[in-house]
Amino acid sequence: MEAVTQQHATEPHAPPRVETIRLQPTTGFSRVLAPRELWRYRDLAAQIAVRDITVRYRQTLLGAIWAVLQPVGLMVVFSLFFGGLAGVSSNGLPYPLFSLAAVVPWTFFANAQLLGSESLVGNSALVSKIYFPRIFMPAGILVAGFVDLGIAIVILLTVVLIWGFVPSVAILSLPLLIVIAAAAALGTSTALSALNVRYRDVRYVVPFAIQIWLFASPVAYPSSLLEEPWRTLSAINPMVGVVEGFRWATLGTGAAPWDLIGVSAVSACALLIAGLAYFDRVERGFADYI
Amino acid sequence: MGDVAIETDGLGKRYRLGLYRRGYGTLREAISGAFGRDGEDESDYDGPDFLWALRDLSLTIRSGEVVGLIGHNGAGKSTLLKVLSRITEPSAGFADVTGRVGSLLEVGTGFHPELTGRENVYLNGAILGMRRAEIRARFDEIVEFAEVERFLDTPVKRYSSGMSVRLAFAVAAHLEPEILLVDEVLAVGDASFQRKSLGKLTEVASEGRTVIFVSHNLAIIQALCTRGVLLERGEAVADGPVKVTIDGYLGALERAASDDLLERTDRDRRGYYDTQIKRVEIRNHHGGPPDVIVAGEPATIAVDLTEHLPTLECRITIVDGLGQPVTTFDSEVSAEVDVRDPSLDARIECVIRSLPLMPGRYRIDLLLKAGRQIQDGLQAAGFFEVQPGVVDGRPTPITGSDGDVVLSHLWRLPP
Repeated sequence: MEAVTQQHATEPHAPPRVETIRLQPTTGFSRVLAPRELWRYRDLAAQIAVRDITVRYRQTLLGAIWAVLQPVGLMVVFSLFFGGLAGVSSNGLPYPLFSLAAVVPWTFFANAQLLGSESLVGNSALVSKIYFPRIFMPAGILVAGFVDLGIAIVILLTVVLIWGFVPSVAILSLPLLIVIAAAAALGTSTALSALNVRYRDVRYVVPFAIQIWLFASPVAYPSSLLEEPWRTLSAINPMVGVVEGFRWATLGTGAAPWDLIGVSAVSACALLIAGLAYFDRVERGFADYI
Repeated sequence: MGDVAIETDGLGKRYRLGLYRRGYGTLREAISGAFGRDGEDESDYDGPDFLWALRDLSLTIRSGEVVGLIGHNGAGKSTLLKVLSRITEPSAGFADVTGRVGSLLEVGTGFHPELTGRENVYLNGAILGMRRAEIRARFDEIVEFAEVERFLDTPVKRYSSGMSVRLAFAVAAHLEPEILLVDEVLAVGDASFQRKSLGKLTEVASEGRTVIFVSHNLAIIQALCTRGVLLERGEAVADGPVKVTIDGYLGALERAASDDLLERTDRDRRGYYDTQIKRVEIRNHHGGPPDVIVAGEPATIAVDLTEHLPTLECRITIVDGLGQPVTTFDSEVSAEVDVRDPSLDARIECVIRSLPLMPGRYRIDLLLKAGRQIQDGLQAAGFFEVQPGVVDGRPTPITGSDGDVVLSHLWRLPP
């Protein structure tokens, strides 16, 4: 997350202060959560984020259109099969809108997992030769994903307006929902990227797990299909709150799903803390194992 | 000489062996290892499962010193640089590092092929610890040094390898850290660029920056460094003026070569060791003492192995007293005169019709392969003395201070 805020902080600087750093065996949790260390490497964080953004669609024919094609493609498939053929309920909303509003945050989340879990292994030359706070690698991927998400949200809102819906003030909750999705994504992608350093199984598990996670989240169907208390409990999956929240915030209809958002926010925080803690614990060994 | 730049006390780095061979362990191990105790028993640390790449190293390096690290492969030189540059954590003791550390452990790491030269300069600069403003201030200088002005906006993947290496070195060489760690970077680019790079490093060293330098090329170490530290099995066994340390190292190498080679522990780590180098000897062809050759006369290098394997290949490199390779014989590059002789069994011979070396002491480095896999490798497996002789009818100089080889030639002189 550091990378997000530091992108513009590159003012000319005074000569660096000479300080003594003690390198010694560390135990416990001391690395990722060291703000001074992250701050010292802020320029690198910015460069990595910029790199991840620039590289994402370089030498692709369609470029950033991919940011739109992915969610739109998924929406079309869902509309045909779930909305059309299977007749899945969409709470009275036009099914394409109903699914697009869910697919947009989902794509952001899924890409952060997919690319984030490979971020350390894909940069193994760097990890084994140079020191920097390793968290920048999965975090950089997440930051680059914000660009895609921004584009996708613009498209989503355009479609919503064309369809004749006017978003209510609920749209102001979007930043909160994005933060929840980002926290959950960072929590899992840091843990997965760290696991991937030692167990390349991760590479095969992640694409599969994302498929399952997609159908375990109310992207193609409404969460109201579930009875209480299961509906609320299902929000332990942070994407439940995010997806239902996105529908409510952009389409401006129905009751505010604050119960789902609340549960999901708590579980996203828990994921983030657990992910960072695991990352922190194993980071010191990355260069030896990668 | 100024303040203390680096001080280490009891510094150690322990690696767990076997992990790479036995696979990556289990997921359950990882999770319990992450949140519980590691399950390693401290009393095992001296056992066969662990390797101390660095052991109880206590060094004080003052700012402005240019220190060369010398030692065999696997002596701990690179591990020390990795610990000092924070890539890996020590397992024991500590190191106090005062000032910004820049490391040139491998030039060009962090270049992204899809990014242009310009973008890569900024990215790589940041990776090496430069602030954006610093890179901007030195940008033109870097580009000029690398001689890639015309290709700045071309993706690096379209660069020739020479171009990208030049650009990478240029970025690295314009770092301005208080402490610079350098590992074998001079072997890049063409000869003129190497000279330029060496000049740049000499300049850096003379600016009062602290430099720790690792190279197998003892000539470069001797030219660049004031102090030499000899590492052996992770421990500092000699520390003093660079010339003294290098002489001590060369002496130790010769003693090791005269002992049984099977006892050597500094073998090439890539080896499979199905067969190992047992003995190497160089002989002249009329029964003189081994390991003494007269320049210009024929000689045979014989390598004895522990096992015979099919498709054995051998590479022999002759290296001069300062660690500069002189020539290489590689049996994988075959010629019609080569023979496979069943009577040799576990022995390989390389016959040199006329040894065109200047008088002096040389060493033999060996690399052994079978079935395209490296079996064994030993640096300084043997030593030999070349005595003055006659090459192509002309006496060689008495001492070899002006180069390593004697070439067949003739003069055309005015009367």
